[in-house]
Amino acid sequence: MDFDLSDEQRLLKDSVDRMILNRYGFEARKGYRAAPEGWSREIWAQFADIGLLGLPFTEAQGGFGGGPVDTAMVMEACGRALVVEPYFATVVACGALLRHAASEAQLEALVPGIAAGERVLAYAQIERQSRNSLNDVMTRAERDGDGWRITGDKSLVLHGDSADTLLVTARTAGEHRERHGIGLFLVQADAPGVTRRGYPTQDGMRAAEINLVNASGEALGDPAEALPVLEQANDEMLAALCAEAVGVMDAMHAMTVDYMKTRKQFGRAIGDNQALQHRAVDMYVSLEQARSMALYATMMASEPDALERQRAMHAAKVQIGRSGRHIGQEAVQLHGGIGVTMEYAVGHHFKRMTMIERGFGDTDSHLAALARLGGLIAA
Amino acid sequence: MDLSFNAEEIAFRDRMREFFTTEIPPAIRDQVQRGEHVSQEQMVTAQRILNAHGLAVPHWPVEWGGHDWTPVQLYIYQDEMQQACVPPPLGFNTNMVGPVIAQFGSEAQKKQFLAPTANLDIWWCQGFSEPGAGSDLASLRTTAIRDGDHYVVNGQKTWTTLAQYADWIFCLVRTDTKVKKQEGISFLLIDMKAPGVSVRPIQTIDGGIEVNEVWFDEVRVPAENLVGEENKGWDYAKFLLGNERTGIARVGVSKARIRRIKQLAALERVGDRAMIDEPHFRERVAAVEIELKALEMTQLRVVADEHKQERRGKPNPASSILKLKGSEIQQATTELLMDVVGPYILPYDDHEPGSNEPPVGPDYAAEAAPTYFNWRKISIYGGSNEIQRNIVAKAILGF
Repeated sequence: MDFDLSDEQRLLKDSVDRMILNRYGFEARKGYRAAPEGWSREIWAQFADIGLLGLPFTEAQGGFGGGPVDTAMVMEACGRALVVEPYFATVVACGALLRHAASEAQLEALVPGIAAGERVLAYAQIERQSRNSLNDVMTRAERDGDGWRITGDKSLVLHGDSADTLLVTARTAGEHRERHGIGLFLVQADAPGVTRRGYPTQDGMRAAEINLVNASGEALGDPAEALPVLEQANDEMLAALCAEAVGVMDAMHAMTVDYMKTRKQFGRAIGDNQALQHRAVDMYVSLEQARSMALYATMMASEPDALERQRAMHAAKVQIGRSGRHIGQEAVQLHGGIGVTMEYAVGHHFKRMTMIERGFGDTDSHLAALARLGGLIAA
Repeated sequence: MDLSFNAEEIAFRDRMREFFTTEIPPAIRDQVQRGEHVSQEQMVTAQRILNAHGLAVPHWPVEWGGHDWTPVQLYIYQDEMQQACVPPPLGFNTNMVGPVIAQFGSEAQKKQFLAPTANLDIWWCQGFSEPGAGSDLASLRTTAIRDGDHYVVNGQKTWTTLAQYADWIFCLVRTDTKVKKQEGISFLLIDMKAPGVSVRPIQTIDGGIEVNEVWFDEVRVPAENLVGEENKGWDYAKFLLGNERTGIARVGVSKARIRRIKQLAALERVGDRAMIDEPHFRERVAAVEIELKALEMTQLRVVADEHKQERRGKPNPASSILKLKGSEIQQATTELLMDVVGPYILPYDDHEPGSNEPPVGPDYAAEAAPTYFNWRKISIYGGSNEIQRNIVAKAILGF
């Protein structure tokens, strides 16, 4: 057992942290959000320069051979600074899908562009009725010669408005919620038949509603049996999201403790009050519990036994959700009025945390799923 | 970073598991698993088996029976012992007074006490708390006044756990009343059979007799029973309290309890299904399991941190988190067990001697409510959870 980072990981962490520190202050982030796409191409190019965009791909594929620990480090830094660039959508989500589903030829065609920051990807999976089910797919794909024609409506596609390429789940066979018959397809965002409506999200990022009518697509892997791949990739996304959440929580906690030491009322720092100190301690305990479970999720992200992996992800997401809600609400409360303004960072972290808790399955649904699986400890 | 155990650690774990599940009498382990009271004799039996195999005091200096294990090995040892429902070695002996004597005691004290302490030939109790000195321990007022070759001790200790079995008591006593309160305290070993020592039991709300008051009335204690230097007792007490670090979370105990809760919930029926099949109940159990898994990972992080040279031998304030969460989770398991038992938590067994009355309700019902009542102590003893929060606020958050 060893919790230490390797030398390579330490170097990566240093370069990410340094870049975030120098380039991703609260005011700078406002500027990035004001760009036409809602994020900064310049920052994206810097991500590419320090090797973050090719991180999860092997060197043979044109990447840097990073694993779940590397991804978690980057995501935690993104969470701390509330990075609005499409790192999660392109590198984490679509990166995982491509690694598990794409052929060598497809990887060769896509990865160099991703790693260079020239190609942005988005994962078009959610539909109006699907909530968090991966097998609730109504979008259809019909065979058309060597390729496929895809028709349906995809919703809440993170960074779907600025993506060059979409990874779309669609049904090639089977009934509405059947596990069998689901495929994953590569669709160019500017292909005929693709209509996108972009909009801002509560947490300062962007998403899109996407309508596909006979849009041309290319299958990634087996066009009828993509679900296990979607599930594996989804678990990796969850682990990365948990790491991001730890960054968000860590920042909120640190800001709150700093604020308590400087904000004076009744002639002394509010942090001199034991009642408030104890609340900050409880936030810290929640943070460390979340950090532990994010580590656990990172460790279990590459677990080959799907059931064990899913148990771990359910558990981690519940912990993240509960800790995040506790820390977020307390951070805002302990800041007082400034905590509910757009002018101050902590409210923005609170908003991101609130979206993370509901994204990719909310706390209740993960808890219920873990309970159905019999929990973590065998009787 | 590799958060799984390596091959040697797994082999070590298997060896511990094998030992605990085969060498300790099943009757004793069953009793612990059922949450029932373990007798003095059973505790002695278990500790002597452990000691005979070098497993009672692995964390002591090698010279006195320790093993120089890594923190990870010590963690595995503890976790496996707890999961196997083995009564742990008496903490007053192995975690408290033993390490203090080994570190600060005279050669004569080491020779006299350490081996019998490890083997539970001497049963120790802890004389720290007083009626006016709980969380504010340094306010203690029991005095020891030097008189020739002796100290004369007067005063009262309280919350003295299992003093009724004890042969010796290690005490914090005031030897100087004129200095700052922490600077006038000494660490004294007192024979419970000495004239002037008396014990009064305090019954706790579960009905059990676990804690006592211990009174000292003109008790003459040989001066050679002073540990270390006079008026340095507070330092030794801090060493002692910082010594019990990773065991405090009792993750293995909670794992074993959750297993039992699930087994019993499969037996209890609610309407036409087993309680374990009630979705709401399952979710409540799962929620505790998640907290426990997070705590286990937190504990492993603390353990791994202890590997690092700069941490060696220093109390880690992160262990306060282990105490806070560990106590909450242990208490949560007592609530779940009561909920499994349901209405049959009601009857109170008044332990009338010689009574042959059969228990009312299922045999696993009797301990549910008493354990819930008794285990409220966990967030109070060993530095109350409020004190732990003070420690984290100061040492980690910098308030």
